[in-house]
Parts: sequence; structure tokens; C-alpha cells
Amino acid sequence: MPMLEIDGLSKSFGGLKAINGLNLHVEEGEIVSVIGPNGAGKTTFFNLVTGMDSPDGGNIVFDGQNLVGLRPNQILQLGLARTFQNVRLFPAMTVLENVMVGQHARTSSGLLSAIFKTPRHRREEAEIEARAKDVLGFFGSRLVGYRFDQLSMMLSYANRRRLEIARAMATDPRLLLLDEPTAGMNPRETLELTELIGRLRDEKGYTIVLIEHDMQVVRNVSDRVVVLDHGVKLIEGSFDEISTNQNVIEAYLGRPAELGS
Amino acid sequence: MADVEAPAVEAKARKLLPAPQLDMRRAVRLGLANAAVMVLVAATGIVGTFQARLIIDPFLPLGLLFLYMVAWAFGWLAAKPPTTLEGFAPASPGPRNLIAGALAGALGGVGIALLLVLMTTFNLRGIFIELSPALADVLSFGLPIAAAVPLIIAVATVAGVAGAAVHFLAVRWRRAIMPGLMWVLVFALFTDIVGQFFAGVGLDSITSFLFTGRGGPLTVVGAVIVFAVFSALYWYRGGRETTMRQRFDDLPADKRTLWTVGMAGAILLVLWFMPRIMGPFVSQVLDSAGIFLLMALGLNIVLGYAGLLDLGYVAFFAVGAYSAAILTSPQSPAFTPELTLVAALPFVMFAAAIAGIIVATPVIRMRGDYLAIVTLGFGEIARILLNSEWLAPVFGGAQGITNIPNLQIGPFTFRSPQDYFIPIFLFVVVAAYITLAVEKSRWGRAWMAMREDESVAEAMGINIVTAKLSAFIVGAVLASFGGALFGSQIGSIFPHSFDIVVSITVLVIIIVGGMGSVPGVTIGALALIALPNLLREFSEYQFLFYGVLLIAMMLFRPEGFIPSRRRAQELHTEELAQDAWLEIFGESGPGERPVEESA
Amino acid sequence: MTEATAPVRPVRRVSRITPVGIFLWFLRIVTLVVILYGSFQSISSGRLTAAQWRDLIVFGISTGSVYALIALGYTMVYGVLRFINFAHGEVFMTGAMSAFLVANALAGTGLWASNPAASLLIVLVASMVTSTAVAVIVERVAYRPLRGAPRLIPLITSIGASFTLQYIVRGLVGASTRAFPRVEQLRGTWEIFGLVVLKTQIVVIVAALLMMGGLYVFVERTRTGRSMRAVAEDPETAALMGINVDRTIVTVFAVGGAMAGVAGALWGLVFPSLNFFSGFLPGIKAFTAAVLGGIGNIVGAMLGGVSLGVFESVGPSLVLAGYEIPAFSQLKDVVAYLALVLVLIFRPSGILGERLATERT
Repeated sequence: MPMLEIDGLSKSFGGLKAINGLNLHVEEGEIVSVIGPNGAGKTTFFNLVTGMDSPDGGNIVFDGQNLVGLRPNQILQLGLARTFQNVRLFPAMTVLENVMVGQHARTSSGLLSAIFKTPRHRREEAEIEARAKDVLGFFGSRLVGYRFDQLSMMLSYANRRRLEIARAMATDPRLLLLDEPTAGMNPRETLELTELIGRLRDEKGYTIVLIEHDMQVVRNVSDRVVVLDHGVKLIEGSFDEISTNQNVIEAYLGRPAELGS
Repeated sequence: MADVEAPAVEAKARKLLPAPQLDMRRAVRLGLANAAVMVLVAATGIVGTFQARLIIDPFLPLGLLFLYMVAWAFGWLAAKPPTTLEGFAPASPGPRNLIAGALAGALGGVGIALLLVLMTTFNLRGIFIELSPALADVLSFGLPIAAAVPLIIAVATVAGVAGAAVHFLAVRWRRAIMPGLMWVLVFALFTDIVGQFFAGVGLDSITSFLFTGRGGPLTVVGAVIVFAVFSALYWYRGGRETTMRQRFDDLPADKRTLWTVGMAGAILLVLWFMPRIMGPFVSQVLDSAGIFLLMALGLNIVLGYAGLLDLGYVAFFAVGAYSAAILTSPQSPAFTPELTLVAALPFVMFAAAIAGIIVATPVIRMRGDYLAIVTLGFGEIARILLNSEWLAPVFGGAQGITNIPNLQIGPFTFRSPQDYFIPIFLFVVVAAYITLAVEKSRWGRAWMAMREDESVAEAMGINIVTAKLSAFIVGAVLASFGGALFGSQIGSIFPHSFDIVVSITVLVIIIVGGMGSVPGVTIGALALIALPNLLREFSEYQFLFYGVLLIAMMLFRPEGFIPSRRRAQELHTEELAQDAWLEIFGESGPGERPVEESA
Repeated sequence: MTEATAPVRPVRRVSRITPVGIFLWFLRIVTLVVILYGSFQSISSGRLTAAQWRDLIVFGISTGSVYALIALGYTMVYGVLRFINFAHGEVFMTGAMSAFLVANALAGTGLWASNPAASLLIVLVASMVTSTAVAVIVERVAYRPLRGAPRLIPLITSIGASFTLQYIVRGLVGASTRAFPRVEQLRGTWEIFGLVVLKTQIVVIVAALLMMGGLYVFVERTRTGRSMRAVAEDPETAALMGINVDRTIVTVFAVGGAMAGVAGALWGLVFPSLNFFSGFLPGIKAFTAAVLGGIGNIVGAMLGGVSLGVFESVGPSLVLAGYEIPAFSQLKDVVAYLALVLVLIFRPSGILGERLATERT
């Protein structure tokens, strides 16, 4: 049974059909890239899966559980976490706090135990902090040390993207949805992140779905590529299959150079 | 300050880009605004009311001082060098700045002169009730109009120039002189309390030396001494290379804890003995400041942490006051269990929590601004219902509930304002502790995440329903403590004590003090509640000042006067922008900075 | 770096029916039952005659059209800036206050009695000028520097502006309640389509309709109106298309202020008493009306205003009297506030729906 199975998913805004009868499946341990021209419905697809938007029709089954109608926090609890295309951190919170927030759903101490500083609460706080530092350590030396107590708004753009991934990792997901993780990064940083996505699967065992425009990244990282256009699945297959497909090239018309590179 | 650490790149850039010129049209615009504000200050009666108080005997009354302080402030503003962007050299002040200040001040003077001419020529009192002959006398310095007009303009110009001149002072001088002047004002305004304080510590002789008498204005000598002493103190402090906070931050962690505990202990000790030294009147003022502080700490959680603007916050205060009154007073109309306040407290908390849930549940999915209006509606509904004849059999209607017994713990009954200071103080300490403990906890972080971006917080696993409900409940319970103490201290409660202005006052306190900052909120409560109570002249214009303060704070200092550390850090984003700029150009930016430690 | 140890995943049941949802449905049903039962009781008791009901409705329409005029200011500002101009009630109050003062001055000169039409016109102009000026000044001083700040910041500023205006007016003209001189020619009633209606009410309704019609044409047909709609849709794009966004926003405030000024002048005809605090409640009610009609929607503001006016006028006698609540007129404002709360909870998009396609952040 696939880990995530999407069946007949539809969503329209006004008259615009952003997602139109989409069928898709993701197997455990896969890295699947979702590509498509602007406005193809990629981000809408993420919003529907994570419950931030509700679909007009269709089913999203994760691990045998239908996600339609659940609140985003319930979906996260089941093990889906995401990042955002236009990085959405908690700007006035520190780097460490951002990651600590990610563990909210995996911890349980309440207000009263915080007020009375019960031993359990103290233990849990220590664990949360240790785990947050551990997750940040995954990114090498970029987000550790004096960075812990910096406000996240003070980070560079690339570091914000990394922090967003760290925050998602802290939620202890099984399926990670990355929305254009390399957007706005320079080639060196892109290369580094490509490698990191591979490590996320190999070392942490996450299944990963990513939206990506950079075809280098897509080629290097994906087991399978899904092409969306106008809310429908155009084709899916290995990178080599889709990169030679006539329909895909047509959908991308105007940007063929990027594909061929 | 920037000069110390300016990297070479910036110096290079400075040569390329000249400093922007001071805009004279801006000075004229500010001058017109100055005239408008000065005329309003005079015509709303502030000058007339404040005139009764002498600051320095015999020549400086508060009314005129206040009026020309407006011109001074606008002069300062007009002469303020334009903000320099990165890469531009900061402008050094020159004659243009003085002219701008003079212009802004002079236009204000023209406004007042015009007002004076108008009000002496026509009888405007039918409409503008404050434009009395007495006011004309004050504004004209007691001189005939022909002589007064040039004098007014001259004084206003001088005030404007004085404001502009502040920019010429070296930073260290400015940081010594300005606080010195401020302390003179504080001594002069709080002459009663200063006198009381010196009497309390047995130094009555100082009072008679600085002031013309107990409660009288400062003498000239007194003013000079106060100014000199405080300026010298600040001068000395400004000479040191590091600020207190920096040195504190550099201490090792264990010593820091020791210092924090020590400082907190010292402050507690001072506050503990304060009412004994200050007498019943000041204690009463401190009590009401404490009750407002309790509410402010509660709203601080709801607004400062969770980002929910509750404009009906007074409803929770009312719930606390009424539930406590009904449970303790023998005069309660519906039923009279006549519990002690201590026994009633769990029920009060319960009632407040229920009220919190009732208010919070419908607004959970609501946008921030709608939430503000709906909570305001709830607050007003509560007040009208308490006041109504319909519910009078339970709440006593407009007659309220009387005969509420004083707080009693064991054999000891708290009666006087001095007594009440102790329980109020303890509650405040508990509330402050809760605030600080919760901030660094799972739910504290959840609230802040929700404040920053609600939909992302939800996508990161935070249950918005629970988070909002819990914030409202904690806020409601803290406010209800305030209400319970309020009722038992005053002895009777009436619906009109639970007006919307209470909510707004609490809001002003936390905005002025600094959202999310416990010391800030404390100072805010003391300044905004104690000040108008201690100064009869101010109390009439209390809400006008609150309104102006709300606007001014949002415009100029949204993080409050004593911001939380977090907010203070936010202020340094400009430096960050500079870092980013340097990084782009390949200089060493924060990205390449060596990392001191690793996890 | 050590490998993160995955904590034990707590198993939780995920339910789709939330307690909040249940609570809100419960609230809906209770509200409906209370209103229906109360109305049934008071209608079947026959306490008021049909004529009295009709008078209440006409009175509701006339106050409602005043609310509608104020609501236009809220709705237009919200449409363009997405923020609640809390001080708008005070903008209305300053206009009304100057109307009252000018009317009393005119009554003193005798012009009021000899030429009421001219006097009313002068009063109207005074009120409109004051309100417009106040609205524009508040925008310039308190809101413009905060453009682009987080949503709650200008809201807090507008609360400050509201307080400031109230207490400036109190300082200037005093806290006493002022009376509006009576217009002798507008005493009594007219009969229209067989309905006997107070003359003042007709004047108020007709004047309000004229102003709203004029505004509608202004927004839909003129160049300035078009740029307003463009800025409401997307300020950045509008700026790129060569529209002066700042000037357009000032125009919005000015027009909203002018409408509030008209409301201020008409207020004297309906409720001949006023003090510095009188703007607060009409402000809240007008905001309710704006939301009720669908905020950002000009036609909606008119509909919302009239519906709220009628509901507020009929509601206490209809619903509250049914429960035999003593002195139910004390609870008149509760009805208004309840309307506000219920509208915002259950129908925040209003009768006509918001004209804001997507939530702009």
C-alpha cells in the first residue's frame, strides 16, 4: 500500500480549477519531485494535503487514514510536515524557539506543569531543547552556536530556508513536503541543499515530496517526477522519461533551455 | 556609535554619497503642526489648569512651561537630521538646523498669538468654554496685546531653537543634561511625595532646603542642585565604556542568576517598605496601580504573547469583582454564602475561566481585528447587563453590591491602603512569576508562534483552539484576581467601574511599557495609574494623554519604553540589513563569522 | 552530531466534529429559538398595535440611514486599507458637534426661524467640512506613517485617535450635553402613500438616499472613483499603473469623512442631544452595519445600515418584551452589541458578501 494516495482531488478558486481530478501516489522512502509551470497548482496541492485548504472533492489517504476535513495540526500529528514557498518562519522568535515550536505536537506538558516547574516539565523542556539543537546540527555549523538565540528574521535567506526545513524535521514527520527548497539560493548553496535532501531520506528515513523549478536538483535527487499542468497530472516517470516527453516540453514552452541543461 | 565599528567599506561609500540636506518645507509643515498642537493645548484648558502649579518658585508655572515645551519638541523634531541610509554620511548639524528649529517654534508662537488676538477680540466662550479672560492673561504674560504678541513669538522661537540645539550637544552631554532636566521636573511635580519620602526616611531638612516648604515648589537653588546632582550622575555613567546590561550579560551564568535574584530581592524589599514610608494616600495610589498591573500582566499574556487584542478585557475584571462580591458580601441580593475572600477565590477563578471560555470560543476562527471588536462588544454587554434592572436581583443593578468585607487571612484583617498593599503586591509577584515561567514553556512558544503567523503555527502542529482558549483563561483569571481585590478593598462595586476605559487603560499600560516585558508593564502601570492620581491637574486630561500616548507609541516606539529583550533585538534589524549588504559585496558578513561553539 | 532519537509517537484519535463547532451550532440554535419565541410571545400578546409597529420600523429606517452614512466611511477605508478605522465614530461626532454648535449660533441670530432651509444647509456644510478635515488629519498624522505595519498596529493607533478626539472635543467645548434647536417647519407629519410619517424622518431618509446615490455614482463612474477601486483591488499594481495611491487614500478618508459629516448634521434632526462621547455607540453600530452589509461593499453598507436600524428599533419591543423583562429599553444597546457579536461570529462576510476575493495580508 502506498504511503500517500491521492484520488480524484479537485479544488477551484472562483472559476479557476487549480487542481482538477488529480491522482497521485507516493511510496514509503521515495523522493518524488512535483514540477510544472507557474500556476500549475503545485502549491495548492501542498495546501490541500496539509489541510491548510479544503478540497472540493477527492480523497487524500495517508497511511490508511483519510486526511480530508482534518485540521492542519491533526494532519501534522499523523506525520506530514511541510515548508513554504515564500519562507514562513516565526520572525520574532529565535532560531532555537522556531525549532522548539516544531516539537509542540510531539510533547505534552501543560500550562500548570510549566507554572509549578514539575520535574517532568523540566525534563521535557531539556529534551525539547536538546532535540532542537540536534536537528539544527544537521545543517553543519550554519545554524548553531550564537545563532541559537538570534531572531529568525535576522538570518540570511538561505539560512531561513534551512531553518524552515529544521522546523519541519523537528515535528518528527514521516512524509516531508518541501516547497521550492532551493528558490533564491546561489549555485553553491543549491548543490549543498540537493545533497542534504538525499541525506534527509537516507539518514532520517523521511519520505519526501518536493516542488522544484531547478531541473538540476530534480535530476539529482528524485526517484520519480510528476509533472502538473493546469491542475492535472501530465505525466509521471523517471527524470529521463519526462525530460524527453513532448507534452512536458510544450507545457514548459518558453523555458526549454532550463530543461535541457 | 556607528563610527566605532564602521568597516572600511562604509567609509569608502561615505566619500561617494553626500549627506542629504535638511528639508525646510518640512520645518514649515512641522511649524504649522506645532501651531495646531499649541493652540489645542491652550484651548482645551491644559494651560489654564496646569498654571496653578509652580515648578520653580517664583517664575516658572507648569502651564506655560508645558505650552512652550511643545514648541521645544517641535523645534527638536524640525532640526532632526534626516535619516541617513546605509552608505550616506550622517549629516552634522549646522545653522540650517537652528533655522529649522526657530522656524518651527516661531510658527507655533504665531498660532498662540493669533489665538490670543481672536479670543480677546471676539467672545468665543459660548462655544469654546476654556477661552476665558484668565487664559488670555496667562498667554499674554499679563502684558497688553501689542507687547504680548512679539514676546510670545520670541519665546516660542527661543524654545524652538533650544530644541534644535539639542542636536548640537555631544552624545555624552545630551545624556547628562536631558535626564537632569527630567529629574528637576519629577521633583517639582511630585513635591508631595518627595517631601513624604524624605520625611519617611528622617531627612526632613533636605525638603526644606530644596523646596519652599513641604508640598511647595522647588526653589531656584533647589532646582539647580537637583539638576547638578542628577546630571553629574548621568555624566559619570555615560563615561563608562560598557552599559550595565552589557556587563551583566558578560557575567558567567551562575553569577547572573545570583545578581538577578539579588536585584529582585532588593526591589521587593524596597516595595515592601514603601507604603510604610509613603503614608496612606500614596499607598492607595500604589494599590490601584497594583490592581491595574495585575490586569496588565493578564492582558500581556493575551495580547503580548498570543497576539489577541481583547478590548473587552474589563469584563474579566468585572467577573472577578462581582463573583467575589456575591460570595462574600452579606448585602449580595441573590444569595449570601458570606464566604471569606480566600475561600471564595477558587470559585472566582472558576467563574473567570468560564467567562474566558465563553468569550474565546466564538472568536477562535476570527481575524485579529474582528476579534478586537467582538470582545469590545462582549465587554459592553457585560457592563449593560450588570447595570440593568432585569438582572438587578442578582447583581444589584446600578446600586451595585455594597458591604464587601475586607480581606482576612487567619486572625489578620487587611483594612488600610497600607495593609492592602501587601496582598496586592503578592498577587502581582505571582502573576509576574507566571508570566515569566510560561514564556519559556511549550505553551508560551505556541502562543508566540500563533501571534507571528496563525496558519503556519497550526500547520506546525499547534492546536489553535486550545492555544487561544488557554491564553484567554490565564488572562481572565489574572484579571479576576484584580477584580476580587478591588472589590474587597473599596468595599462596594458599581457597574460604572467596569467601563470600556478600563480596558483601554490596561491596553495603554502594556503598549507604553512594552508588550511582553514584565518590567515594562510594571513601570507602565506605575506611570500611567499613579501619575494621574498623584497630580490632580493631570487627572482631568488623563484620557487625552492616553490617546495621544497610544498614537505616539505606535508611531515612534512600538516596542514600548522598556522593551522585552526580544523586541530590543528586533530593533537591530537595520544593522542586519547592513550585514546583508556587505555580504552581497563579498565582504565578511555574518555568514562567514567563525562559530564559537557547536552543539 | 548524534542521531536524533525519535520520541515515541503518541497515538491519538483524530475527530472531525470539534467542540468549538458544536458550541457554535448550539449558540446559533439558542439565538434563533430566543428570537423566535420572544417575537411570538410579544406579537401574540398584542401589546403594540400595527400602527405602533409601523412607526418603529420607519424610525428604524431613518436612524438606519444615518448609520448607513457613517458605515460608508468604515467600509470604504476597510476596502482600501483593510483596517478598521476605530476613530470614525469620533469623526462623525466632531461633525455632529459642529453642526450642533453652528445650529445653536444660527438659532441665536434668528436666521434659524426665518430661513430654515438656508440654515440647515449652512449646518450641513459646517458639519461636512469639520468631519472631512478631521478624517484627513487623522489619516495624515496617525495612519499614513504606519502603512504596511502589522494589522493590529493601525487598529491600536485608531483606538488612540478615537480617545484623543473625544477628549479634545471635551476639552474644547466641555462635557455638557448640547441640544439641537427645533426646526418649526419640520414639526408634524406628512402622509406618503397612505403612511403617516414624521417630517424630520422623511428629510433624513431622503437626504441620506441622495448622498448615498451620489457616492455610488462617484465611485462607479468617475476617474477618482475608478482609482479608488483599483487601489482597493491591489495597491501595488495600482501604483504601477500610475495611480497616486497616497492621494487616493486621502480621498477615501475625505469622502468617508464627508459622509459622516452629513450623518452628523442629520443626527440633530433625529436625536436632538449630543456630547463628546456620543460618537462611540453610533460608530460601533455603523461598523456593525458595514460588516452586516459585507465590508468593503458600498451598497452593502446602505442595506446593512437600514437593516440594523430597523432591527435595533423593533428588536427590544419584539424580542425582549416577549420575556417580560422589566425596563427592557435599558437593554436597547445590548441588542445592538448582540447584533454586532452575532454578525461577526456567524456572518462575517455579510449579506452581500465581501467584495474581497482573497484575504490580502
